[in-house]
Amino acid sequence: MTDTAPVVEMRGISIEFPGVKALDGVDFRMFAGEVHSLMGENGAGKSTLIKALTGVYGIDGGTIVLGSEEVSFSGPAQAQAAGISTVYQEVNLLPNLSVAENIMLGREPRRFGSIDWRATRRRAAELLAGLNLEIDPTSLLGDHSLAVQQLVAIARAMDINARVLILDEPTSSLDADEVAELFRVIRSLKEQGVAILFVSHFLDQVYEIADRLTVLRNGRLVGEYRTEEILRIDLVQKMIGKELASLDDLEKRSRAVVEGDEDARAARFLDAEGIGRKGKVQPVDLPIAEGEVVGLAGLLGSGRTEVARLIGGIDRPDSGSIELRGDGVKLRTPRQAIAHRIAYSSENRRDEGIVGDLSVRDNIVLALQADRGWFRPIPKKRQEELAQSYIQALNIRPADPNALVRNLSGGNQQKVLLARWLAIAPRLLILDEPTRGIDIGAKAEIQKLVVNLAENGMSVLFISAELEEVLRLSHRVAVMRDRRMVADLVNDGLGVEELMALIAEGSGDEDNPGEAASASPTPPAGPAPADPEGALR
Amino acid sequence: MSALLARIVGSRLFWPIVMLFVLFVVNLIAFPGFFSITIKDGHLFGSLIDILRNGAPTLIIAVGMTLVIATRGIDLSVGAVAAISGAVACAIILGSPNPGSPATVAVAVLVAIGISLVLGVWNGFLVAVLGIQPIIATLILMTAGRGVAMLITEGQILTVNSPPFKMLGSGFWLGLPVAVIIAAVLFAAAALLTRRTALGMLIESVGINPEASRQAGVRARGLLFGVYTFCAFCAAIAGVILTANTAAADANNTGLFIELDAILAVVIGGTSLAGGRYSLAGTLVGALVIQTLVTTVYTVGIPPIATMVFKAAVVTIVCILQSPRTNQALGSFRRSLAVRAGKGAAAS
Repeated sequence: MTDTAPVVEMRGISIEFPGVKALDGVDFRMFAGEVHSLMGENGAGKSTLIKALTGVYGIDGGTIVLGSEEVSFSGPAQAQAAGISTVYQEVNLLPNLSVAENIMLGREPRRFGSIDWRATRRRAAELLAGLNLEIDPTSLLGDHSLAVQQLVAIARAMDINARVLILDEPTSSLDADEVAELFRVIRSLKEQGVAILFVSHFLDQVYEIADRLTVLRNGRLVGEYRTEEILRIDLVQKMIGKELASLDDLEKRSRAVVEGDEDARAARFLDAEGIGRKGKVQPVDLPIAEGEVVGLAGLLGSGRTEVARLIGGIDRPDSGSIELRGDGVKLRTPRQAIAHRIAYSSENRRDEGIVGDLSVRDNIVLALQADRGWFRPIPKKRQEELAQSYIQALNIRPADPNALVRNLSGGNQQKVLLARWLAIAPRLLILDEPTRGIDIGAKAEIQKLVVNLAENGMSVLFISAELEEVLRLSHRVAVMRDRRMVADLVNDGLGVEELMALIAEGSGDEDNPGEAASASPTPPAGPAPADPEGALR
Repeated sequence: MSALLARIVGSRLFWPIVMLFVLFVVNLIAFPGFFSITIKDGHLFGSLIDILRNGAPTLIIAVGMTLVIATRGIDLSVGAVAAISGAVACAIILGSPNPGSPATVAVAVLVAIGISLVLGVWNGFLVAVLGIQPIIATLILMTAGRGVAMLITEGQILTVNSPPFKMLGSGFWLGLPVAVIIAAVLFAAAALLTRRTALGMLIESVGINPEASRQAGVRARGLLFGVYTFCAFCAAIAGVILTANTAAADANNTGLFIELDAILAVVIGGTSLAGGRYSLAGTLVGALVIQTLVTTVYTVGIPPIATMVFKAAVVTIVCILQSPRTNQALGSFRRSLAVRAGKGAAAS
């Protein structure tokens, strides 16, 4: 297969956004009759590359060759006309129309100027039959499950005689049977010679369906590999990469805490038992002691954020219980969590963190003020003191409490958010990717802060895609994979390799999660049968 | 000097105030006595006083509307609520054996306000609990409300003969029109309530980023209930003033299209319909612009048939001046001013 010329060949693709190089000289190829998987963590440049291929973004450098001719798309419609079809994670079809109407929308066969409905239905039925799908073309799309809707979207994509089919996270909300059905369709398309780009965070699925992998990291190409020739552990390592450890002294200090002071560690602050949410994360147990930093490791989509959101009261768990110092509590809203001094700092800084049009000062006092209630305003002078002291302590730039937060850089916005949470004097601080997308200096400052806070008795749940960072800061590390917790280890000299093995480990060992590692496994997670209801939410 | 100029041009209130000023000048040319204020029988009279008095209901509703808009919402039902409030007040006064007594009027006004508060809670429920889009949620009451007012008045125009009630619309107190005093008190109360407490900041926060606010523990639902209820309260007061002014409740015409004037006043005042930062001072200027516009139509002698077109033309100009494109162009002008100011400072 490799002997034939590629259907798509992208060479030296560069895309720049103001201040950021989203893609830097990336090469990417796709072959007919092959499933190609694009791998990488958040911000690696996967979606940017896809958008360059589908004409959503223009490219600043490089060439795209389709078949044998060089193309340059100025919009998605052109890419579609050239035979590149995309099915997005969120199915963007019309649930209030029939399956046939959805498949043929905008391309309905016409007779005497009006739509030939009979021909429309016939063509739709042919396309569905071509994919071996038994779906009634006259039924309403909205009556079908999300999985079926996705298959309909693929049928629609095939109607334009797609040479290239892009599936962006198609399985993220499907259960096992539905994934199997999707894979059957993908394989049949493969046999018809379609080049398929399959993006998924689930390693098991990638290894099952993909023939070829391309790994991106920080907007650069790491490499292209044949799936059977690369071990999972190597793949994960290539995705996550290694960052030069520049904070050795920090490491020693946090280690010291691990070794000494067993009594203090025994004082549990929070004890989560079997908390889970259908379709999001399977039940997990997670105890956190006072002054303890617990790292939550795993790939994007592994359930690490979902667990943090349950503990932070952002989402409601539908199973399990949470105890604080031995007392059962309900954390049904962020407000309740904050009342118990549990703060969740979202990974999505822009949409769930900062309030862009408010000043730095307002953003810092927001959570504290909300907790006090509107009728007890924090006196202007106290607000000024709070803002000034955090601006100094966290080195926020510009050091102007009246600056609008949206005008700050990512790292400074992150510090403003940290200040907001520190202002409520939390007992447990949940940091979800606090160092993503910020420069190395700010990163080091935030890491130092975490260590200092923990030394002063604050518990921290720390999530990061960078394993070195997790290992450097955490006393304990819990590992998530495919929406379940697979290990909960004491970090006494744990290595990156070990952690990667746990993150990457195949599905074969699922029943004995901790065995591969030398450390204590979690109690087995409760049975979680495939649940279409939950999965499709 | 030009730094000051740059700041003034950059202010959100710059264009609305310029507009108001231009309208004043036009009026002054057409009617030289425009600015004169005389005292007759201890009452102030003059065109400016008329503008304040006639603009009071719009301003009152616009104050409530400002807070609703700051949460990314909108309240189309204020006109209908005003009609209901007026109808309730008149019906109670008419049904009372003693329509002229201040006690009757007090009861009538309080009941009218009470019923309007219930309507505000209803709007808040639709928006905050059921999550219906504000424009649709309040459209329900906008349509249904006039019907309810009609039922209360039984399809008649209720005329009341009650001096204390009339006082609320067209009376004077300490030389000033009562309606203006009510509007001033309400405006000041709203400004103090939102800016002296944390209410204003929390409302803005919810309007700018609802999810971030929720995660920060802001009680968004309670705030939404609050602003829609307050807006209905404002509509009720405006309804009483409008009805008292003519001493008649007309279910069809009381407060007709006043929601549009109120929204316009808010927008002219520089508060974005996308929610977030709001300016009550801007709303005040906006309401004055709109009312002055109406007065201008009379002083300049524009034929009544052309009134609507004239109003639309002025509003169009304000909107163009405030549009993002114009602001961009002005932004570069402002920067060049600031640069010049910087050089000037360096030279001196």
